[in-house]
Amino acid sequence: MSRSIASTLWLTLTLALATALAQAQEAPDALVKRVAEETLGAIRADKDLQAGNPAKVKQLIESKLVPHFDTARMTALAVGKNWRSATPEQQKQLTEQFQTLLIRTYSNALTNYRDNKMNYKPLRMNSGDADVVVRTEVTRPGQAPVQIDYSMEKMPDGWKAYDVVVAGVSLVTNYRDEFNDLVRSSGIDGLIKALAEKNKGPVPK
Amino acid sequence: MSRMYPPFHLAALALVGATALLAGCAAAPTREDPFEPWNRAMYDVHQVVDGNVVKPLAEAYVKATPEPIRTGVSNFFGNIDDLFTGINNVLEGRGDQAGDDFGRVLLNSTFGMLGVLDLASMMGINKDHKDFGITFGKWGAPQGPYLFIPLFGPTTVRDGTGALVRVLISPLGYIRDVPVRNSIYGVNYVDTRAQALSAESVLDTAALDRYRFLRNAYLKNRRYQVYEGKPPPEDDEDATAPAPAAGSTAPAPTK
Repeated sequence: MSRSIASTLWLTLTLALATALAQAQEAPDALVKRVAEETLGAIRADKDLQAGNPAKVKQLIESKLVPHFDTARMTALAVGKNWRSATPEQQKQLTEQFQTLLIRTYSNALTNYRDNKMNYKPLRMNSGDADVVVRTEVTRPGQAPVQIDYSMEKMPDGWKAYDVVVAGVSLVTNYRDEFNDLVRSSGIDGLIKALAEKNKGPVPK
Repeated sequence: MSRMYPPFHLAALALVGATALLAGCAAAPTREDPFEPWNRAMYDVHQVVDGNVVKPLAEAYVKATPEPIRTGVSNFFGNIDDLFTGINNVLEGRGDQAGDDFGRVLLNSTFGMLGVLDLASMMGINKDHKDFGITFGKWGAPQGPYLFIPLFGPTTVRDGTGALVRVLISPLGYIRDVPVRNSIYGVNYVDTRAQALSAESVLDTAALDRYRFLRNAYLKNRRYQVYEGKPPPEDDEDATAPAPAAGSTAPAPTK
């Protein structure tokens, strides 16, 4: 009796572990494709999301997208050289605020561009690579396609994106000189405050 | 009439160049945007005029016009864009791509009813984008100072010159009937502005300082286009700063 419980337990654990490993080893391009299709699919299936209901869009992004981004590294890249002089507490606050800003931007972009089609380009990657660029392309009717590249790194719990580059524009480093100036004029806390203020405002339609 | 333009334009360029040199001596805001105070003032002017007149007009156009008609209008002007994309691909020595572009123009101008239907895209001949600014860049012309021009938007001396060249040789300029021609220019302008509404909304959400966010994005995007999607790394003092170690030293993000 107790043996069968033990073996069931063992089986469950093995399965859970295997699933976890499979998740972790999902190739970066497959991950981008799965997450993008799931997100767009969720939007197409839900009228509230299509109408841009802010709470629902935010919830969708936090559950589907955020787990696949290394937001701490994104923040560090956006802040640049001043990141190192920030205290761990300041780094935490910066990351929180910057993540919120990115979520708001993504919510807006998703609502505005939901009808676009994504194409996935073949991934060039060697086994053992821990840092790759997954290239995608968004096509819109009557427009030249827009390239969106995801810089991704291998983490213990799977591949995570740390930069998104839209038509050559990094959504992360595009902030850098502005953040530098804010830190120069009002310190790291000034930057945190400016981000928090921005995040308090309404999301433009 | 058009004969008058090149000398005038050269003079304007010389003036801009001279000002650039002078501004360079003063404490220049950045290398790429030596006229930042002037440009910011122009940006403010733009915000007022655009926000009160052009943007509401574009929004009203989107509201009042059914989507298929708007798509047709965009396609009509997009067909003219394709013509210039083809010309620039020839100038850049990319005959294969130019063949696609001219094929698109031929197909869409005839069976696509003067470009209103984008049949070529439906048949899988993809749209490309090239302009004179990109071509000049490929030929080695420096971009020159960044400029923000009210009701036109972000540009540089190089890209602005390219846009002027295009205006001078645009097929729309050959329409003799002035009211008709001006109406077409007007529709073209409103259509272009309407297409920018979504991007503008994203910019508003993303940017702390809209002027700077737009400038950085514009310059990066143009660089990307000149290098056909493979720009060489820039001499960026910060690029070496935090990179890989940052992820591990940072506290775990809230999950």
